[in-house]
Amino acid sequence: MNDAARPAPQGPMIEIQGVSKWFGDFQALKNVSLRVGKGQKFVVCGPSGSGKSTMIRLINRLERHESGRIMVDGIEVADDVKAIEAIRREVGMVFQSFNLFPHLTALENLTLAPIWVRRTSKQAAEDLAMELLVRVHIPEQAHKYPGQLSGGQQQRVAIARALAMRPKVMLFDEPTSALDPEMIKEVLDVMIELAEEGMTMVVVTHEMGFARTVADNIVFMDQGEIVETGTPKDFFAAPKTDRAKLFLSQILGH
Amino acid sequence: MSAVLPRPPVLPGPIEWLRANLFSNIPNALLTVVALYLIWRYLPPFVNWVFIDAIWRAPSSTACRAAAEAGACWAFIDEKHRFILFGTYPFEEHWRPGVATLLFLALYAVSAMRRFWRPWLALVWLAGLALIGILMWGGVFGLSYVENERWGGLVLTLILATFGIVFAFPLSILLALGRRSEMPVVRSFCVIYIELIRGVPLISLLFMASVVMPLFLPSGVTVDKLLRAQIALILFSAAYLAEVVRGGLQAIPRGQYEAAEALGLSFGKRTVLIILPQALKISIPPLVNTFIGLFKDTSLVVIIGLFDLLLALKTAINEPAWSGVGVEAYLFASLVYFAFCYAMSQYSQRLERDLSRGPVARALKDT
Repeated sequence: MNDAARPAPQGPMIEIQGVSKWFGDFQALKNVSLRVGKGQKFVVCGPSGSGKSTMIRLINRLERHESGRIMVDGIEVADDVKAIEAIRREVGMVFQSFNLFPHLTALENLTLAPIWVRRTSKQAAEDLAMELLVRVHIPEQAHKYPGQLSGGQQQRVAIARALAMRPKVMLFDEPTSALDPEMIKEVLDVMIELAEEGMTMVVVTHEMGFARTVADNIVFMDQGEIVETGTPKDFFAAPKTDRAKLFLSQILGH
Repeated sequence: MSAVLPRPPVLPGPIEWLRANLFSNIPNALLTVVALYLIWRYLPPFVNWVFIDAIWRAPSSTACRAAAEAGACWAFIDEKHRFILFGTYPFEEHWRPGVATLLFLALYAVSAMRRFWRPWLALVWLAGLALIGILMWGGVFGLSYVENERWGGLVLTLILATFGIVFAFPLSILLALGRRSEMPVVRSFCVIYIELIRGVPLISLLFMASVVMPLFLPSGVTVDKLLRAQIALILFSAAYLAEVVRGGLQAIPRGQYEAAEALGLSFGKRTVLIILPQALKISIPPLVNTFIGLFKDTSLVVIIGLFDLLLALKTAINEPAWSGVGVEAYLFASLVYFAFCYAMSQYSQRLERDLSRGPVARALKDT
């Protein structure tokens, strides 16, 4: 990857400080802290149930944290509905199961939020939507419904839908886990291009090849804790903890 | 590459069809024979009675029965159709409920076409219902005033059913959303309302509306009988519809809510733009089921003395000149109810097909 294209990290885009989260009696996150600077790309990995999805879902308040403090672009993630909606406008999210709106065409999926949340004119929203569909390489699918698209196409529409809000940060929650193997690459390619354009990204994924290419930082989580943070080079070559070593041997071993 | 073979013909000849569908095994063959016997035994006499031997014109039922054949006495319907359609509405003003009935039918027809599903359709309805009100009540534009005690017949049934659906449906959506609300007061209110109303027969609600409610109103304040019955009908249907809508809401995957939230859509916009269009679409069959029930339930207003289609018929057969035509009268009533309910049912099936196939057809046109 081209270093010149990557802006130097400045003030934090996302700041998570000592955050804990419980589901009933089960503690899903234990005193987690993380700083993501503008333009940085974080890949979060770890065994299932380690709290990685929960952590990124706290950032746009899809889950509510019980203690600690989360700041996104200077706004605190708290109970204030207006503040949460302001944060959600700036934070795009891509889900494992795509979650496209099945009653709307691909194009309508993209224009809905800009029109109703950003109050963009219909024409401007459609122009931007077409531009984004070109960027994710499926302009010809604009007028199809999600049910008529392949998984890979749906996920690329979902990425474009998030980008249509012109977010400052993109969160990816296992974006390729529900895809057939031959479709993973088309989605990862789009994500790599996005990274090269300088987007701030937090990606939960098991795609270690992607992590090597794109991430400035790997965050390894296990049992609700951030166990290890480091550059991909260090993390893959010399994991510091036994838990990370075990995890890497399991996912890279075959 | 293997050659593409033509699909073998799937249409069998008539003999094969008979064997496969009607005589595939002994019990099936037996059922076929019994069914054929019943049709041969009862269908021709019924057709005779209804059509061939029927009396279409006669001054009274005695005249009908005096005729050589013993067919149905449709002369009754012919003689009494004005009363059946318009009840005790002043005879010389019958064109007014007549036009009102046609307006209702026109509103149904316009609303049935999806290309008219635009915001202005609500205005059309508002104007249509206002016009119907003006026609029925009168008192303005040189129309004589007709108090709603005198409204009756088919037009009253249509009024009760249409206003019932138009007001109960939006109310039910609010109740269903309220029941899923995270606010305890709202949720409790909706749960109590739905369970209370659903657990009570409509008849008792109508009685309460007509007998009990006036006791609680201060003297001098009166709410007219028709309005009270209409409100009872709306409140009752809303409770049922609310559970249907809630069923639809529950079928929407969590991911849809989350995706809408993640885009920054507010609760109202998430609900109106994302959740309800999907939830209502999958609720079409049970919704129409309840609408049909509501249409037929309007006949229960007879017990508080409102003159709907059924009571008009009943009153007509009580006339000495027309004694003994009950079968014809109730067959006719059934036919009218059936026509409206079957139309609703057919329309809902077409709508379901269109909504599930429409997107594909539209997309194919684009590619």
